[in-house]
Amino acid sequence: MMTHLLEPDVVMNDSGQTVLEVRDLDVDIRTPKGTVRVVRGVGFTARRGQTLALLGESGCGKSMTAKAIAGLLDPVASVAGGHAFLDGKDLNTMSARERREVAGPGLGIVFQDALTALNPVYTIGTQLGEAFRIHRGASRKQAKAEAIDLMRRVGIPEPETRVNSYPHQFSGGMRQRILIAMAVALSPRLLIADEPTTALDVTVQAQIMQLLRKLRSEEDMAVVLITHDLSVVAEEADDVCVMYAGNVVEQGSVRTVFAEPTHPYTKGLLESVPGDSVRGQGLSSIPGSPPELNKIPAGCVYQDRCPLVAQICRDERPQLRPTGPRQRAACHFAERVGQETVSQTGVVSVEEENQ
Amino acid sequence: MLTYLRKRIISSALPLVVVVVGVFALARLTGNPASLYLPLNATEAMREDFVVRNGLDQPLWIQMGRYFGGILRLDFGTSMRTGQDAADMALRAFPATLQLAGMTMAIAIVLAVFVGSAAALKPNGILDRFASFLSMTAASIPDFWLAIVGIWVFAITLGWVPTSGVAGAAAWVLPVATLVMRPFGALVQVIRGAMVSSLSEPYIKLARSKGATQYRVVGSHALRNAAAPGLTVAGDLTVGLVNGAVVVETIFGWPGIGKLMIDSILQRDFAVLQACVLLTAVAIFILNILIDLGYALLDPRVRPSAGARGRRRARSARRGNPTEIKDPAATGASV
Repeated sequence: MMTHLLEPDVVMNDSGQTVLEVRDLDVDIRTPKGTVRVVRGVGFTARRGQTLALLGESGCGKSMTAKAIAGLLDPVASVAGGHAFLDGKDLNTMSARERREVAGPGLGIVFQDALTALNPVYTIGTQLGEAFRIHRGASRKQAKAEAIDLMRRVGIPEPETRVNSYPHQFSGGMRQRILIAMAVALSPRLLIADEPTTALDVTVQAQIMQLLRKLRSEEDMAVVLITHDLSVVAEEADDVCVMYAGNVVEQGSVRTVFAEPTHPYTKGLLESVPGDSVRGQGLSSIPGSPPELNKIPAGCVYQDRCPLVAQICRDERPQLRPTGPRQRAACHFAERVGQETVSQTGVVSVEEENQ
Repeated sequence: MLTYLRKRIISSALPLVVVVVGVFALARLTGNPASLYLPLNATEAMREDFVVRNGLDQPLWIQMGRYFGGILRLDFGTSMRTGQDAADMALRAFPATLQLAGMTMAIAIVLAVFVGSAAALKPNGILDRFASFLSMTAASIPDFWLAIVGIWVFAITLGWVPTSGVAGAAAWVLPVATLVMRPFGALVQVIRGAMVSSLSEPYIKLARSKGATQYRVVGSHALRNAAAPGLTVAGDLTVGLVNGAVVVETIFGWPGIGKLMIDSILQRDFAVLQACVLLTAVAIFILNILIDLGYALLDPRVRPSAGARGRRRARSARRGNPTEIKDPAATGASV
């Protein structure tokens, strides 16, 4: 399906060495009503020293993709197909033991909710040092020294005394710093950041992103950043992968995708960013809402909300194809997207919002 | 911590005083103490002698004063049955009950932690269903029935263990096995439930993301968080056992406080009963403080020292004290 990803003419960004290559990844969730495919044929590459953003709204499968790569899917979810190569080794065929060995030195993950992700009954020092105890056989004393080092690196004041504090004694921003410190403890090759700033207020968000950037260049890691925030993508990412209803609908370098989107969904998202809108004029939005994952239509996943929809969109699901030098989109009419306005402008009434 | 302990002791001492007053009132409200303390066939002269000797002809407040004075000296009077000091008798019976309760709870907790955790790993799996059946059964079997069947099978028919008494380790088997059932059953249910919810918390994923083994994830990250509800129930069950496992102690002739209480009630040995009630109340009072300390040990969020320090820090922050540790966001420090 997506083997042409490897062909040289569509390589999106030829600088930097490939750390993670995801190919045709499928993830299923078992529900009482049957199995639902929540991630369908997703593929992308993350390179050393660069950030790849997985962009999409809630429920589009971006978080599931990340969890599948990290091997942290909930028991009801499972990888149904595809590959995720970390430094050439397929994570999906690894034994549980091999996965444990990769977790930490190979792959670190920053979780979304810093308030609940830390274990409330252990000190920060214990939790930060744990990775060194597990992977390097460090003594308690060594692990604590490493923990203090990490705390200093992520900018926590007074690390020598705070190392003995418990999670509830830290602010939200500090806890997120601690989570980041945990993820980078063993200098992983790949860092997955799953909406790392969603739970934080805006000023802290900027600092956390700055910290991630600093660590990325220090460690020369590949970063996969999961977000629904277009401005975060624009500022932080080199490449972007736009997801909709479990599918990648457009991918490429952030510069080209944001300048000239070739999928109506991407274009709609970009048009709904308030910015140069005129006072008194309503905000732009994409009409409708994403399909339920157990009722994905045949053909294009975006057909119900797309202004360019035609018969072919209902009959045939468009495949990702090159639409620019560093850009691919899954749309039959990718070439027309540039010329049309795809969103709806107007005052959104209360009734509409409640629907 | 010491301030907290002092506060805790003062606050739980109040119920203790209520129990003491209650026991005093009980001895007076249930009729003339003379008829309670003296045998049924006592003569009128004996009764009058008793009233004068025990100061029951004095005003109530003087009686109350004497009663409290006696308690402070651990003087509950003498047993009608044996003529021994009542407090002495209760204190001598108590270790047997404590040992039985301690042994029972230790076994029940260890078994329940293993079974409950294993069941929680796969909710509704085969092991979980089996554990659920096992614990329900264990919690529902009446102890007197189990005790009698146990004596019949293992003591009489097989002759492996003695029917009663405290001689040797073998004598412990049947009483402990009988008493373990209910705490085991209840604790398996509680620990399983707490483990299921704790295993679905985000911090479990975080531990796995560090490459922690299943043993580490379950045994240290999940179990430590599931321990508090376990402690609550284990505490309640221990209180029940310290109260004297009346039925089991009686059946197995275990010389504990439960048996002593029953014997005292049957033989109208009011002084001993009173001593037993107060001693048990004190034991439960101490146990509750230990349970509270256990909470603090398990969960830093209820640890009073940290809370007090936090409050102090918050107060000093309101006064503009710069020592307060803040996110650099608030102070404008750069990363």
